[in-house]
Amino acid sequence: MSIRERLSGNEAAATAMKQINPDVVAAFPITPSTEIPQYFSTFVANGTVDTEFVAVESEHSAMSACIGAESAGARAMTATSANGLSLMWEMIYIASSLRLPIVLSLVNRAVSGPLNIHNDHSDAMGVRDAGWIMLFSENNQEAYDNTLMAHRIAEHESVRLPLMVCQDGFITSHSIENIELEEDEKVKEFVGEYHPEHYLLNQKEPIAVGPLDVQSYLFEHKAQQAEAMKNAKKVILEVAKDFEKMTGRKYGFFEEYKLEDAEVAVVCMNSTAGTTKHVVDELRSKGIKAGLLKLRVFRPFPVEEIAEALSHLKAIAILDKADSLNAAGGALFEDVTSAMYVCNKHVPAVNYVYGIGGRDTKADDIEKVYEDLLEISKSGKVENPFRYFGLRKEAK
Amino acid sequence: MDNLIEIRWHGRGGQGAKTASLLLADAAFNTGKYIQGFPEYGPERMGAPITAYNRISSMPITIHSNIYEPDYVVVVDDTLLESVDVTSGLKETGAIVINTTKSEDYLKKVLKGYKGDIYTIDARKISEETLGRYFPNTPMLAAIVKVSGIMSDEALLEDMKGSFKHKFAKKPEVIDGNMKALEMALKEVKKI
Repeated sequence: MSIRERLSGNEAAATAMKQINPDVVAAFPITPSTEIPQYFSTFVANGTVDTEFVAVESEHSAMSACIGAESAGARAMTATSANGLSLMWEMIYIASSLRLPIVLSLVNRAVSGPLNIHNDHSDAMGVRDAGWIMLFSENNQEAYDNTLMAHRIAEHESVRLPLMVCQDGFITSHSIENIELEEDEKVKEFVGEYHPEHYLLNQKEPIAVGPLDVQSYLFEHKAQQAEAMKNAKKVILEVAKDFEKMTGRKYGFFEEYKLEDAEVAVVCMNSTAGTTKHVVDELRSKGIKAGLLKLRVFRPFPVEEIAEALSHLKAIAILDKADSLNAAGGALFEDVTSAMYVCNKHVPAVNYVYGIGGRDTKADDIEKVYEDLLEISKSGKVENPFRYFGLRKEAK
Repeated sequence: MDNLIEIRWHGRGGQGAKTASLLLADAAFNTGKYIQGFPEYGPERMGAPITAYNRISSMPITIHSNIYEPDYVVVVDDTLLESVDVTSGLKETGAIVINTTKSEDYLKKVLKGYKGDIYTIDARKISEETLGRYFPNTPMLAAIVKVSGIMSDEALLEDMKGSFKHKFAKKPEVIDGNMKALEMALKEVKKI
């Protein structure tokens, strides 16, 4: 039986970490993820977990300590946000190239500058090509569930890649909401023990970790990383199936909300998807065939599946909570439209950059997006594919 | 979503408006509801205006924006009345609950003709009498429960007794005072 509780998103992430009881957690506090290592260090102090908690002096060191621990054969976790992830950047690539299944809780926040502590996805988008599996979470429940599934995916012998679980800073990390928790014993059994094949502390098999990789090898190693990312797709679905057996909660690459018979749809990630569901329900009550595709698995990107799921629509809007500042649209827009193109599916598509630096995403804003989509679906034309919503007009 | 109740709290940093919104979420959760309790984080510091929110429903809540058309507004500090548009979007079928001893004429003037119900409570007096210090959040919590009817007086008192026992495990001497503050506030909140 699931346990009915009420927790903030940060409490949900910390609770998952407590139940996973990893060997090592190394972290440096940064808003809005600070509470995760804060709560976790309490579990360590109280003896609720037997994790080695490493209070490092920077995020670069936090990721370095996780890399050291995972290389040694331990299960390691950390949490960060925004500039904390920026400072980890060098080690983020090292972690994935060493094929270390570290799990990171990323509480999304705008990367400076100018300095802002509020939510957008610029931190996550900055590492989207770093070789990490990236899962996004609509609410505290999904932050918890994704974290419980993380190690099974990351540590799988055909994957062996680090994984980050994203959730929206403040919007979900600091909001108390209902949640269904699983019993400690069940989680322990579901996550299982970590038995790495190769590790530094194995006296029977001396290995080197991180030596020079010259012209004759690096290309092949990168291709292996890319192959592992492809393999992750199958594993993500297998783990989701097992998770559903335990909890009854169903996960895939994405959630299709009233999408099947929809004519117009929004594609987005994290908490905005919840607000969009609210808008879809209202529009449906007025007879408008609105739908939503909420992306959960951003890396690996489910190219064929997304293209297929969106192919029947008359118009789609892709919402990016980070501006790529490239005169060519946000990262999610580029990925979705590229997926459609290579799968030879053509649906008029428009991009909205929104919610930057914590600008509140209102139901009215999303309703306006659907109105725009209805216009596009009538004319079949997209006048300007690169748009904003929520931006004050005088600033343009 | 007809049963969705949305509440907006206005206070000043340090007065416990955020804590009160979380306590209300807790109490409603314990009556079996779906809840949200969240503050709007700004560059706040002691004394600066802050806003916090609650959504309470018998159905799951998916919306994750701030609240622009609340059913109820709670004003923890009446010095905000002239500087913050506290009735912005407030439904006329709803109500505003203010911690104040100001006159009816003054309140009607600063609320700019708000047509819904206006309730007042002297949370300072209650807090100082029961706790010996100014902690307005406990009486304001009771006041909004009474006005909104989210739960019965008895359910609130029973639930908060449990919460206080847990929260003040190391300071049990303040539990009785807080319980008295709740009881007094339930009786003293008045419609003008």
